[in-house]
This record gives sequence, structure tokens and C-alpha cells, in this order.
Amino acid sequence: MGKDIRKITIIGGTTKSGGKEAIEKTEIYKGDIITLVGPTGSGKSELLSDIEQLARGDTPSNRAVILNDGELNRWERQMVAQLSQAMNFVLDMPVEDFLELHASSRGISSNPIIEEVIGLTNRLSGEPIGARDNITSLSGGQSRALMIADIAVISDAPVVLIDEIENAGINRLMALEILSAKGKIVIVASHDPLIILMAQKRIVMHNGGMFKVLERNKQEEEILKELIAMDDELSVLRDRLRMGDFARGGGMLLMNKSGSVEEKKEESSNFEII
Amino acid sequence: MKFVTVAGPPSSGKTAVLIHTIRHLLKDGIKVVVGKIDCLGTNDGEKYQKLGIPVIVGLSGDICPDHFYVPNLEVIFNWAKEKSAQITILETAGLCHRCAPAIKGCLAISVVDNLSNIDIPQKIGPMLSTADIVVITKGDIVSQAEREVYRRKMEMVNPGAEILEVNGLTGKGSLLLKTSLMQAPEVDTITGRELRSSMPACVCSYCTGEKRIGKSFQLGYIRKIEATETEGGRG
Ligand SMILES: Nc1nc2c(ncn2[C@@H]2O[C@H](COP(=O)(O)OP(=O)(O)OP(=O)(O)O)[C@@H](O)[C@H]2O)c(=O)[nH]1
Ligand SMILES: Nc1ncnc2c1ncn2[C@@H]1O[C@H](COP(=O)(O)OP(=O)(O)OP(=O)(O)O)[C@@H](O)[C@H]1O
Ligand SMILES: [Mg+2]
Ligand SMILES: [Mg+2]
Ligand SMILES: [Zn+2]
Ligand SMILES: [Zn+2]
Repeated sequence: MGKDIRKITIIGGTTKSGGKEAIEKTEIYKGDIITLVGPTGSGKSELLSDIEQLARGDTPSNRAVILNDGELNRWERQMVAQLSQAMNFVLDMPVEDFLELHASSRGISSNPIIEEVIGLTNRLSGEPIGARDNITSLSGGQSRALMIADIAVISDAPVVLIDEIENAGINRLMALEILSAKGKIVIVASHDPLIILMAQKRIVMHNGGMFKVLERNKQEEEILKELIAMDDELSVLRDRLRMGDFARGGGMLLMNKSGSVEEKKEESSNFEII
Repeated sequence: MKFVTVAGPPSSGKTAVLIHTIRHLLKDGIKVVVGKIDCLGTNDGEKYQKLGIPVIVGLSGDICPDHFYVPNLEVIFNWAKEKSAQITILETAGLCHRCAPAIKGCLAISVVDNLSNIDIPQKIGPMLSTADIVVITKGDIVSQAEREVYRRKMEMVNPGAEILEVNGLTGKGSLLLKTSLMQAPEVDTITGRELRSSMPACVCSYCTGEKRIGKSFQLGYIRKIEATETEGGRG
């Protein structure tokens, strides 16, 4: 078994314009979920890549990334699992054969674990998959759900790096919860307020540099609850539209001027969806 | 001089990976030259030239590019010496799945990508099993599970090799490859060295440009399939 990852330390380098990064040092601990936020091009993917390759002043950002107290200078195998929107399945085989292949490549006996992965996948995705479905024929949302379940159960890496989980009809909250279970470090680059606020700590990127490190505050915790309720409503609405129904006719959450959320029970012709 | 061979199936990312790696070497002030062997044509020469380094390209035309490569090793080696290279990198065509260009005493790298068929390790045999370093590319577009499965397959076919995952587009991982390259043995002559595996006989009439089909046109080393039928259907 590999060594334990207790801490990742990021030592600030330079921004895109070559100046010093505002954050000189930040530490991420076992069990943390961290989000990376910032406008497009602000350097979120670059920071993930620095972590992935354990930069030591040798990447465009000149950052250094240190594991634990520096006693490890390379990721050992299978310490990091990655997920990004660009990833697709390319092997042409049924789901269960694929999972068996993956499990056996890691020396895990496969039977109970295959069921566990498929079960998790089906909790994450609206459209269930079957054991004999071909992985290359799964939909975008189904593939993403399977990748997440597989990373959580079979890869089981202590560090998970995610470059955006899109909202392809999968339960993103549950996905993050599943991944962050068992004391992993999960680092997610995202533009999605729900995902961003799921994390207790977020690194704000600006012009290629780490600009701020923010802890989620009490007020944001309340907002997160509202966002979760809104997300549930949205998924009800999404399902209704997807099933061919009209959007009207149920509860719909609207945000009023003061920012709190109220429920409109009956249909209203001029509601504003946020 | 270090003499490094780089093999791997077509389009597996050999040139992309090497360009990033060579940039790191050049930054350290190391004198690098590159040779490329291919069959009919290649743009790789121009890509390497853009790095501002000496490049030599050899096209094998009618014959197997690996059979063309072996008799030209001395030519390339001497050319590189003339250029006072510290590292010579030779990218091979990677078309022949049976011939492996690895040389005893010279660092041998094989580049394969995550997109290829899962059985590729068995298919490309000695090209993979005789390498010192196996570079796996295109991990950015497949799932974590597939990356892990590929890596495992490589380890099984070549347990002694160092396995590196490199992204040919961004260069991620190429720094580790550069570090390994720097540890390649120094060789002062190539003459008298041996290949790590034999090359198959390749002296039929088609090897040398014959196009017509039929027994009477077939000269040299010819083998025919024995017509045993394989069972159809699945149990
Ligand atoms: N997504 C992705 N594409 C890659 C990667 N590495 C290489 N490519 C692309 O794959 C294609 C082939 O790459 P090359 O470097 O030309 O491959 P090669 O092995 O040198 O090819 P030949 O010399 O023709 O045999 C190019 O379009 C590259 O940009 C990678 O890690 N990820
Ligand atoms: N500190 C830095 N120094 C130099 N270049 C940088 C730095 N940070 C980012 N870059 C470069 O800037 C470009 C954009 O960065 P990146 O792709 O990381 O942005 P992003 O925040 O992920 O954007 P998006 O939200 O669109 O995915 C990349 O080419 C990256 O290599
Ligand atoms: Mg990005
Ligand atoms: Mg090439
Ligand atoms: Zn050959
Ligand atoms: Zn022939």
C-alpha cells in the first residue's frame, strides 16, 4: 500500500503577467474539499495541473507543490485520480466486463464491487445503466456518473482532481459527497455556485495567480441550503420537461428582492426563473 | 554522446512528446540532434527544425522502415558526432509491429497512447517489451479507469520498464522524461552493437516493389496461411 497523503502545500509562484502571486502559501488537508474559482482563463486548470505534476518551479506558474512534509517527491502510483469534461470511454466492452478489467488490474476481486459501482452510477444518473450495456454507447451523463462511481470505488485514490463536473443530468452534490467520503482530498475547478459553495474553502484565481483563499461563512451556508433546494426544484422541472410535460403546475421556487426564497404554489404567468 | 531510440505506433504522440522534452533539454543548454525515419513522407522534420536543432530525415520508400533504419544507424550516428551532439534522438516510423529498433546499451523509449485497442501490448510485442521507458500519451481524453488498465497492461508486458504518462499537447509529464533521458548511457560508437531482438526476414518480392498478385510473382521468403477453419459463434 502507498503512503498516506495528509497534506498538500502549494507555494505561490507567478501570475500570467509575471508578478508575484498574492497567496504565498496555502495548505490542503486530508478530508478537505477545495474549489478553484475564477473567470475563464484565470488559471484553474493550470493550478490543477501543477498539483498533478507536483510542480517545483518548473511549470509556467513557477509554483511548488509539496506532499506531506516533503518526504514524498513524486506521486506514487494511483495516488491521484482525475476527471475532466474532455474524458470519454474508448474501450468497446460491456459495463461489467470493463469494471471487472479495472478491478482485476488493481488486484481487487470484482463481484461485489461491480454491483456497488453500477448501483452508485444509477443513484447519480437519472437514466439507469445495465451491466451488459456497452460503455461507449452510454450517454454523456451516464458516462460521467460511471466514471465518478468507478473513481470512488475501484480507483479509490487519496487525491481526486476534477476539472468541472458539468450538469449533464447527474446529481453533482451526491457525486462530490461520494468522492469526498473516506477522507480523500478533493479539488474541483468549477463555475457552478452550488459546487463552489459545497466546499468549505475556495481558492480564487485571477490572472493566472492564486488571489484569495476564502472560507465559506455562515451566510453562505444558508445560501447553500437555498441553492440545494433550488437545485432540487430545477431537477423536478428538468424531469418534467424531459418527460414531455409543461413546466407549469407544481411548486416553483423564486427568489424575491431580499434574496430569500419563497414558493409559488399556483401558476403565475410572469415569473422569473433564476 | 547519448543515443536514444523512440519507437511506437503511428500517431501515438512520439513527435509531440519529444518536442516538449527537447525544449527542456535545450533550456539546460544541452546540444540535441534528431533523426526521423519514415516510409513515404513526414512533416516531423520541419517540426523539429522549428526548435532550431539539426535534423536528419530518412525515407525508406519500398522497404520496411525498420529494415531501412538498421543499416543507416552508423550514418546517423556519424552525422550526429559531426554535429557534436550530446544527445541524439531517433524517432522511428512505428509501422512494423514486429520489428523493434531497440539497441543494446542505448536508451530505448516506446510511445503508446491510451486510445489504442486494449490488446495493443500483445500486438506490438518486442517494440514494447524491449523498451527501457514506456511513455503513455492521451490520458487527457480517456477515463481514469482506462488509464489505470493501460498502465497495468504495460507493466505486465514489460515489468522492468519505467512507465511515464505524458500529455503530448501540454507537455505535462515531459519533465520526468527529460530527467530519465539525462540518465541514458553514453555511447562512443554504434558499430558492433546489437539489436535487442531480431528483425523478421523481410525479403519477399513485395518488399522490393512488386505489385502483381499470384504465385509466379512471389520470390524469396514466402509463407502461406494454413487453411484451418476457426470455429464460429460464441458459447
Ligand atoms: N489529446 C491528446 N492529443 C495528443 C497527445 N499527444 C499527441 N497528441 C496528438 O496526436 C496526434 C499525433 O501526434 P504525433 O506526435 O504527430 O504522433 P507521432 O507518433 O509522432 O506520429 P508519426 O510520426 O506520424 O508516427 C497529433 O495531432 C497530436 O497533437 C496527448 O497526450 N493528448
Ligand atoms: N501562473 C501562470 N503563469 C503563466 N501562464 C499561466 C498561469 N496560469 C495560467 N496560465 C495559462 O493561461 C491559460 C489559461 O489558464 P487555464 O486554462 O488554467 O484557465 P481556467 O481558469 O482553467 O479557464 P476555464 O474556466 O476556461 O477552464 C493557460 O494557457 C495556462 O497555461
Ligand atoms: Mg479550465
Ligand atoms: Mg512523429
Ligand atoms: Zn519490419
Ligand atoms: Zn516483404
